[in-house]
Amino acid sequence: MKLADFVVTEAIVPNLDATDRNGVIRALVSGLAAAGEIEPADVETIAKAIIQRENQGSTGFGKGVAVPHVKHPKIKRIMAAVGRSAGGVDFAALDRAPVYIVVLLLSPPENPDGHLQAMENIFRHLQRDNFRRFLRQAETTAEIVDLIKEADAMPTG
Amino acid sequence: MAENSTHIEREVTIINSQGLHARPVMRFVDIANQFQSTVKVKKGTVSVDGKSPMEMMLLEATSGTRLQLVADGQDAAALIDALAKLVADKFHED
Repeated sequence: MKLADFVVTEAIVPNLDATDRNGVIRALVSGLAAAGEIEPADVETIAKAIIQRENQGSTGFGKGVAVPHVKHPKIKRIMAAVGRSAGGVDFAALDRAPVYIVVLLLSPPENPDGHLQAMENIFRHLQRDNFRRFLRQAETTAEIVDLIKEADAMPTG
Repeated sequence: MAENSTHIEREVTIINSQGLHARPVMRFVDIANQFQSTVKVKKGTVSVDGKSPMEMMLLEATSGTRLQLVADGQDAAALIDALAKLVADKFHED
């Protein structure tokens, strides 16, 4: 599995306007709707499910990244939106630091193994200092798409 | 190595249907961090720090996956017991 398999290019937001966690989640879910990946009518339900999930335990794993996610029956395939916040957002992260990179992942409930594969893929790249640094500096969708392509081209393991 | 340091290894199997996803990882790491001992979690040739949530997500441990827990330190036995119980209890899921 590659990042490009599930990151929706049209749902990349290089400059998030929202400055709070819930606003960022809504913006990214709306991006997936604008890209035609989910029904506009489902945006609020899905955003609420992610927020509820986030309230049970932050997906801000530290180092300025968060991976909010949910398995939802309205979702037919694994997909992700990517957002970058120049100013940083409070995600109640483990290390209490602001979050600059948000990868929002949606999965169908009946594919838990695929969900884990996607998470492994996301974290394998987010572990790399350079990937995080360059993502944080990327100001356009094209730059983020290029970073994703480069990451996918790297040998695994 | 401290005088009372012990080395303990134990194999566990992930049995909750959703596998080792984010919430179970957080519970695992929370427990691991309550102990002084170090803990490595191994799946085949992949070995990660059991106290790091980002590294733990790299295990891609689906339901049925066998993991080797390797703890070193004075409270290694208690650490392994606590983590093995969490896994056997399906991380309080299902």
